[in-house]
Amino acid sequence: MNVKFKFKHWSLVALAASVLFLPQAGFAADELNSGDTAWLIVATALVLMMSLPGLALFYGGLVRSVNVISVLMHVYAIACISSLIWLFLGYSLAFSDGGALNAVIGGFDNVFLASVTFDTLSGSIPESVFFMFQMTFAIITPALIAGAYVERIKFVHVVWFSGIWLLVVYVPVTHWIWGGGFLADLGVFDFAGGLVVHATAGVSSLVIVALLGKRRKFPHDLPPPHNPGLTVIGASLLWVGWFGFNAGSALVSDGSAGMAMLVTHISAATASLVWLFIEWWKFKKPSLIGTVTGTIAGLATVTPASGFIGPIGGFVCGLVGGVLCYLAVVLIREKIKLDDSLDVFAVHGVGGIAGTLLVAVFASASLGGVGLEDGILAQFIRQISGTVIVIVWSAIISVILVLALRATVGLRESARAEAEGLDYAVHGERSYNL
Amino acid sequence: MKVIVAIVKRHRVDDVIDELRKVPILGITTWEVLGFGAEPKEDVEIYRGHEYRLRLKPMELIMTAVTDDMVDNIMQTIRDYGNTGEISAGKIFVLDLVDIMRIRTGESGMAGLLVSEIELDQSQKPN
Repeated sequence: MNVKFKFKHWSLVALAASVLFLPQAGFAADELNSGDTAWLIVATALVLMMSLPGLALFYGGLVRSVNVISVLMHVYAIACISSLIWLFLGYSLAFSDGGALNAVIGGFDNVFLASVTFDTLSGSIPESVFFMFQMTFAIITPALIAGAYVERIKFVHVVWFSGIWLLVVYVPVTHWIWGGGFLADLGVFDFAGGLVVHATAGVSSLVIVALLGKRRKFPHDLPPPHNPGLTVIGASLLWVGWFGFNAGSALVSDGSAGMAMLVTHISAATASLVWLFIEWWKFKKPSLIGTVTGTIAGLATVTPASGFIGPIGGFVCGLVGGVLCYLAVVLIREKIKLDDSLDVFAVHGVGGIAGTLLVAVFASASLGGVGLEDGILAQFIRQISGTVIVIVWSAIISVILVLALRATVGLRESARAEAEGLDYAVHGERSYNL
Repeated sequence: MKVIVAIVKRHRVDDVIDELRKVPILGITTWEVLGFGAEPKEDVEIYRGHEYRLRLKPMELIMTAVTDDMVDNIMQTIRDYGNTGEISAGKIFVLDLVDIMRIRTGESGMAGLLVSEIELDQSQKPN
């Protein structure tokens, strides 16, 4: 269990309070390490780049040409809103000590970073850097959900939903797993956010689209993605940024960061090829959009496992993530007929959950992982428990939130705005003034 | 005088234009257009495993004005080089042309404009 706490260091306050989780090796004392600090500053920039512009372009290329601005705007606005909420309240509730309630939520000690100075450390890095690194995760998670509700949602709903969702879904789950809450006590592995980021965003995406409804002309009379090139640029930026996401989650600059980066890349490459060959075999043409979707599926799948697994684990994460996410994409749109427009649940949710379960197997030392204290089965049960709890929480809270906002600020744009495209109808701008 | 409006597959249009340049012709205007014809079923494109039905096919529209004696020649050229041999290869429409005005000089109502223009054009070409 030692291994786990080597990389998820939260604030000094939490450390002092939760004696149970004091690191027993690695950090004899909190002392600034300039190598760790330098890497985490770079990693923070990489993860922000995943959202801006990576995710924004990835999503922007997949929609109609009259909805590009609205998609870019969703991601951009969410980035700004999440940053401030993270400063005002989110960070404190996620990563400070919650006293008697610490199992479920943090406290208010670090509201507006009240107890953080230039010299405050979190592990071996300045707490300011830790705050910023975690902030970029708080940005990308609600931004991932933007892929589900494109082309028809009210902008005001996006603003309210994303901000509140961050506080009521993302922050508690982050605290449970990374902030010393009850799932950390339980021993659930989630290195870089398979549950915290991808499962929460994926499940909430399904909830919001179930309440929001389908786009007009869904499923087979929709216009095709307007610019696959943008999507590939976005996917490529996500791939590169994911090195910061996963290897940065080591919170140190060491071998676990290096191996996290390695397995991240192997999984991405493997899952890309899996999609490429599935589509080549099934539709007779190897498609670019399918291939880069596989990339994201592989990256999401390896996220919770990176840092615990070795190269074999990375390869298998790519194989399994690629196949499962492909099946999920077809299942959700063709069978369940939910318009999760850009397949957020099928790619991120399914990938994140698959990786969360796979880690129980491939963390095993005999398969090249870091080793398990009490065997695969025991860890697998912990992983399933954590997954179910996170899924149920995300679903229930999202239902309440979307219904409450639908009754107040509204949910869906008018049919006319949807037909005309949200770019001009909502934002007064056009993407392509050719 | 006639206007010839031809709709051909986009990938055939370069060959058609190259051939039309070899016959005495006043000029050509083209558009990228979308449309459907008599084909029995719609095309389907697949992105990320999802099918997208193509209501309208991408085609190219070519327009030119010619003298009556040129019509058969031009139509044959377009057919020779625009034909894919498959369904949805396109159509050629021939319309009566009432008048032409040259914007630079304001000349109009000149039935012989096409002819004189073409003669002028030919005479200026280096041999």
